[in-house]
Amino acid sequence: MVELNINIKDEQQKAQEKIKEQGFRVLVCAGTGCVANGSLQIIEKFKELGADVSVMSDYDKVTIVPTGCHGFCEQGVLVVFPDLDLTYVKVRLDDVEGIYEALKNNQIVERLLYTDPHSGQKVRKNEDINFYAKQTRTALANCGEMNAENIDEAIALRAYEALAKVLEQNNPDAVIEEIVKSGLRGRGGGGFPTGMKWKFTAANRGEKSYVVCNGDEGDPGAFMDRSVMEGDPHKLLEGIAIAAFAVGADEAYIYVRAEYPLAIKRLRKAIADAEERNFLGKNIMGSDFNLTIHIKEGAGAFVCGEETALIASIEGERGMPRPKPPFPANKGLFGRPTLINNVETLANVPVIILKGADWFSSMGTETSKGTKTFALTGEVNNTGLIEVPMGTTLREIVFNIGGGIRNGKKFKAVQIGGPSGGCLTEEHLDIPMDYDNLIKAGAMVGSGGLVVMAEDTCIVEVARFFMNFTQNESCGKCVPCREGTKNMLKILQKIVAGKAEMKDLEVLEEIAQTIKDGSLCGLGKTAPNPVLSTLKYFRDEYIAHIRDKKCPAGVCTAMKKIVIKEDLCKGCTKCARNCPVEAIHGEVRQPHHIDQAKCIKCEACLKNCPFKAIVLE
Amino acid sequence: MSEEGSRKIDTKKLDSIIEACGADKSHLIAILQKVQEEYKYLPEDALIYIGTKIEGLSPATVYGVATFYAQFSLDPKGKYEIKVCDGTACHVRGSMPVLNAIKAHLNLKEGQMTTSDGLFSLETVSCLGACGLAPVCVINGTVYPQMTSDAVKVVLDTLLNRERG
Repeated sequence: MVELNINIKDEQQKAQEKIKEQGFRVLVCAGTGCVANGSLQIIEKFKELGADVSVMSDYDKVTIVPTGCHGFCEQGVLVVFPDLDLTYVKVRLDDVEGIYEALKNNQIVERLLYTDPHSGQKVRKNEDINFYAKQTRTALANCGEMNAENIDEAIALRAYEALAKVLEQNNPDAVIEEIVKSGLRGRGGGGFPTGMKWKFTAANRGEKSYVVCNGDEGDPGAFMDRSVMEGDPHKLLEGIAIAAFAVGADEAYIYVRAEYPLAIKRLRKAIADAEERNFLGKNIMGSDFNLTIHIKEGAGAFVCGEETALIASIEGERGMPRPKPPFPANKGLFGRPTLINNVETLANVPVIILKGADWFSSMGTETSKGTKTFALTGEVNNTGLIEVPMGTTLREIVFNIGGGIRNGKKFKAVQIGGPSGGCLTEEHLDIPMDYDNLIKAGAMVGSGGLVVMAEDTCIVEVARFFMNFTQNESCGKCVPCREGTKNMLKILQKIVAGKAEMKDLEVLEEIAQTIKDGSLCGLGKTAPNPVLSTLKYFRDEYIAHIRDKKCPAGVCTAMKKIVIKEDLCKGCTKCARNCPVEAIHGEVRQPHHIDQAKCIKCEACLKNCPFKAIVLE
Repeated sequence: MSEEGSRKIDTKKLDSIIEACGADKSHLIAILQKVQEEYKYLPEDALIYIGTKIEGLSPATVYGVATFYAQFSLDPKGKYEIKVCDGTACHVRGSMPVLNAIKAHLNLKEGQMTTSDGLFSLETVSCLGACGLAPVCVINGTVYPQMTSDAVKVVLDTLLNRERG
């Protein structure tokens, strides 16, 4: 046992008192999504009005708290009054005065309550919104509950208590054992057991070694790491500190995508605050453990999510993967033993230390423990960030938490795991989602991007989209990946353009296998997955494009023609004015015509026609 | 190296950037990010200067790094940098019609990135992590949520009017 010079329980007490002093708390989401919807102006307006504290009879003070992402970005800006159990959604600047007026009179602004898409009923409390009610939040537990830029609010929610515990007990091996026992696996895609990784790195204790946190969240459609870094940065710093203590490192790097400026800003502030309070830095809390954390900004390369490429990028080089072995645990950053974990993985560490490995492993399935965050996007009613126990079914996620498919359309498939993953169809709706079941189904958890597709999404076009992405991002080191992705993309472009032949499908499958076999890193090994899994489940759609020159979903532009029905057209000229390429001509009050050579098939005219005279052929 | 090109580069400025980031090859990416912030692109002469100034680097290595990462541009960008997100969520919800509308509105030809008056430059990015607001555009750091081909035209016109003052 080591005696620390900071009593974390006292600190918590002090922090909680500071929060009480805030009086009536108004939580306004200031995550990337809500900022885009004007939350900063809303915060200013609230502050302006909040000066008049006389409105709140039970409080002598009102504090406006900008929080991290709640995950429910689509309903932003979110404003929560925890003391009233009240949540407003889609708040705009003009609504603020009305909200204030209602507070004064003990009333509720009905129109700003969330409307359940199934029942059409208004919901007042956060906990009663289906989107939240069905979730189990651990990594995301505090996101949206606190001011991410205020270390006291984090401490009040038990930040650095787990770190104090491990420093006090001073037994790094016991920490590693606890993580092994918890069954935590890497949340960045691979699913490698975290405790084993720590063990391998710790075997080199005594040498200069590093911890690297992978925040290069490159999968398009995934934003859980962004939310943790923006919404609860101290939890991540604490996870890194515990990992560094366990493996014997005194320096750590957080590699963050340059596309996440807000995350970078908040992490910088959090590091400075934690150093000032001696939760980081030299002789942390009076122990002999030292840790310096640096931030490295990425510069836009998907392949840098691969651990050896990420190391190369931190060293200032082109982010190209290196062969393994040697594994980073033995020879990583600057040739030193390095532990690399993903943001979400590390964010799970403090709570495992606090609540115990048994608590953590009581959630999830036989082989996949704990919870997993998913970024739910695409054609669902409730898009946003969710966290559920491993083993939750797709049906629960899409139809319950996600509120079902938009505009009453029919469910078609879910693309999971981004450009490395695969698609799941109706037949997979009831399998428990965990690492192993998804691999069996030909997909993978990946970083947890879930893109829901409806009947009018073209599967072949989605496969082309992902191939276009991986082809762009292939670093060029391995020939099968560099040339193979290019040729797979060419074939897919031919298919969506209606110019392919049946034998192209065979070539497509052959190249896919070669890329899988002949690539060094995860990017190449998994790049063909979206094509292979869609070929498996939707082969008939490929065939329809090739043989019948038809896109069953009506998406592929080369195969569609937009025409104006003369008998329905009133000549209102709206379509001609809306056309971005001036492809529509006609006299006022006379039927209009579309110049097919100029038409880019954007459907702007079709959506705007008041007489439904424009149709897709 | 053209004379005109070298005249544009203020080596004192580059020196101060290198000093602030640390004159070590492991800081190359950070140095290039600062240079791009300053010039809005990476001028060739700046790459050569950095490559000869820092030990262990060569102009070829610097060029290699500058061309590897999507964030770096060797061509001047516009006063307004438009980024259209084409991540999965934005793509599924129609980012391409938005992109096409911008191209048409700004008269950008196929393959052209910056308008001839240097006012606007256009690029697609893979994911900005604002998937709940899809499709999104970012212009000089401001996020415009739930764009449509009509809405983006209004945004562009506002900027154009501001320029014409």
